[in-house]
Amino acid sequence: MEDFLTYSVILGIFVTTFKIATPLLIAATGELVAESSGILNLSLEGTMTLGAFTGFLVANETGNLWLGLVGAALGGGALGLLMAVMTATVKVNQIVAGLALNILGLGGAFFWYRSVYEEGGAVAFPTVDRFQTATIPLLSDIPAVGEVFFDQHWLTYFGILMVPATFIFLNRTKYGLELRSIGHNPEACDMRGVGIISRQYTAVIYGGVMAGLGGAYLSLAGGNQFFDDIVAGRGWIALAIVIFGNWRASWILGGSLLFGFLEATQLSLQASGVDLPYQLLLALPFLLTIVALVFNRSRSQVPLSLTIPYHRGER
Amino acid sequence: MADAAQSGAAAPGENILVAEDVTKVFPGVVANDSVSVEIRRAEIHCLLGENGAGKTTLADILYGVYRPEEGQVLLNGRPLELHSPRDAIEAGIGMVHQHFELVPPMSVIENVVIGTPAKQWLDLTEARRRLEEFFADYDVEIDPDAEVGRLSVGEQQWVEIFKTLYFGVEILILDEPTAVLTPQGIDELFRILRRMRDEGLTIILITHKLKEVMDLSDRVTVLRRGKVVGTVDTADVDQRDLARMMVGREVLMQADKAASTAGEPVLEVDEIHLRSDTGRGSLEGLSITVGSGEIVGIAGVSGNGQNALFDAVVGVRHPETGSIRIAGQDTTESAPHRIATLGVASVPADRIAQGLMMDFSVKENLVLGNQRERQFSRAGILNRGHIDAFATESIDTFEIKTPSAAQITRTLSGGNLQKIIMARELSGQPQLIVAHQPTRGLDIAATEYVRRRLIQERDRGAGVLLMSEDLDEIFQLSDRIAVIYDGRIVAVTEPDATTLEEIGMHMAGASDTDQGPP
Repeated sequence: MEDFLTYSVILGIFVTTFKIATPLLIAATGELVAESSGILNLSLEGTMTLGAFTGFLVANETGNLWLGLVGAALGGGALGLLMAVMTATVKVNQIVAGLALNILGLGGAFFWYRSVYEEGGAVAFPTVDRFQTATIPLLSDIPAVGEVFFDQHWLTYFGILMVPATFIFLNRTKYGLELRSIGHNPEACDMRGVGIISRQYTAVIYGGVMAGLGGAYLSLAGGNQFFDDIVAGRGWIALAIVIFGNWRASWILGGSLLFGFLEATQLSLQASGVDLPYQLLLALPFLLTIVALVFNRSRSQVPLSLTIPYHRGER
Repeated sequence: MADAAQSGAAAPGENILVAEDVTKVFPGVVANDSVSVEIRRAEIHCLLGENGAGKTTLADILYGVYRPEEGQVLLNGRPLELHSPRDAIEAGIGMVHQHFELVPPMSVIENVVIGTPAKQWLDLTEARRRLEEFFADYDVEIDPDAEVGRLSVGEQQWVEIFKTLYFGVEILILDEPTAVLTPQGIDELFRILRRMRDEGLTIILITHKLKEVMDLSDRVTVLRRGKVVGTVDTADVDQRDLARMMVGREVLMQADKAASTAGEPVLEVDEIHLRSDTGRGSLEGLSITVGSGEIVGIAGVSGNGQNALFDAVVGVRHPETGSIRIAGQDTTESAPHRIATLGVASVPADRIAQGLMMDFSVKENLVLGNQRERQFSRAGILNRGHIDAFATESIDTFEIKTPSAAQITRTLSGGNLQKIIMARELSGQPQLIVAHQPTRGLDIAATEYVRRRLIQERDRGAGVLLMSEDLDEIFQLSDRIAVIYDGRIVAVTEPDATTLEEIGMHMAGASDTDQGPP
């Protein structure tokens, strides 16, 4: 126990916290925008997986990691577009559409991966030269703080930057105000001449792009290859974090970091052989989400028309 | 809106907006059948008709919500293509719907800014300045930063009107704007509407209330069953003429009711407190007694605790403190089913959400809630023969217009839906009837039927707790009138001993020390 509590271990936990939080943060801020428009996209897990794959595919084929990110954005965005068509235009049940596209994303990514990299019944498991951390000069030299905050991946900085960016977009721009209004009462917006469908498309496709980028972190920065179950439930956790964060960007940052911290601690405990049931720590975020839901009941910021399709002229 | 008269082609008195032979068909209904209406600049033009006459459909066509199958809309003599409300707004037409189109969690200013061509970087100072100017100009006191969901319905109405005027419209359509207002609130609204008309605004007001037409309008177009009966100058007609045009026959404006004396109390509500989730519409120590053979009318603006009172009496929610006794038994903590078996009938305000299973058949809805009774089931197996017989009998006695007992309920009209609920709830000869807005949205014939039925039940000896926002209804039916305000009964009186104005004062919260709770 004494060994475990050393300075470097604790520092390691904090560094890892940000690494684990990154894909969650990117996917959850994107999902916040989508849900603000009244559309719950349950396919995050599948979208992240597809993004992880298309990102890996493009990076591997072109040898350019940045083009890989473009590929991931396109893969995630494509699934987001499908979600938007099904929910905003065809107006099928959002839960059903989300779950169906989730399966499509997961299955599609695995199928595509095998059809590209399987030869003679065996998969080659290729790898890419993954992103290195972007060390910020001077700031990264600060003891402890430098290592935790200023020696991370670009995608990590991007994810953290998306928190204030999302907040400003949703709360300080007219487009954001109208988007949130659609999530609460689409009819009121329609009667004010605000286009509902175009905004919902934009929001859901954006959510898909962000989920794709979140997935790409796993295959291009956090790791260097694509494999089955690479996302490992992070899409569901991102969805839980949006709820835990009560649909507020700042709380979503808190939720992502909390989850990252618990996971990092858990990994560290396992590595140091401490005899503690790590499953408990893993389950904690979900318990906290439920607790947050109960306590936020009267202050809930949930978009009031979330999952309810809008048809003009129907009451 | 002051500069509205200067733009456009038509001078005051000339036609500004015209609907020509407009036909709109919904599945199974011709909502507008070759309707033609001419609206003149700077007039107040009422569209009068019963529920289902096609008034709102016509207005929605003028506002671009629906596209008509036939006919066209002309603005200043030129055809106007309306694909969506956006087009109407750009043409200078604004509409305030009966069901408010507000975003409750947002502030007043935010609601006003939605859809306006404001800059993307949100700067609310300009909106705030215009809003404050308007409120000051018309003596309306509303905090521009208040959350809309926390405003009273009267205040929400003002937000609706101003956010429409904010677009700079020349034509304002108001759909049943008085439904949620006190008599004083209506006076104030009408005063301001007259002033806006004098300043050049053209106002189209949809209503089914004859008195409002007489009070306010310059001209009136009467619709019946989707067709225009005629357009007349208001000065040339009286209420009887309009009623005849509207209904197509002579109407009894009064429900016949013999005097009655209250017997033993069937409902005793004592000092109950019940907090609602949102904080609005909580009960704060409400007491009321209903005796057998009397109708107690609860008057009040919606949102003052009517929903909570209804829920507490029928057992859907339980009060935190205080007690409820029905027929002498304590039911404060009783479940709805147990309360129903004591002989309590409930007619909820939202008949679609709370009263019926819309996708069930008529006969299933007629026994809904009573399915455990011996005549309808044995050991959990439904007795279909008895249910069919009961349904046939109910459809007959309550004059429910349905092709068959097996018809899916959703396809029936509002009046017939209410008759299904009445038939079901009155079948067990209840001791207490709790009716919340029993005639809201019904046509005149169905309204007359429901009111007559409630009086019959009273004469049989049932106690009736009637909650209604329709003051005429309260005055017509009640043996005693109680006013609910802010979760309390603030006045109890008899219809002959009071006036509409006095009840209106109490509804607005003006306290009168002479008349405390009972």
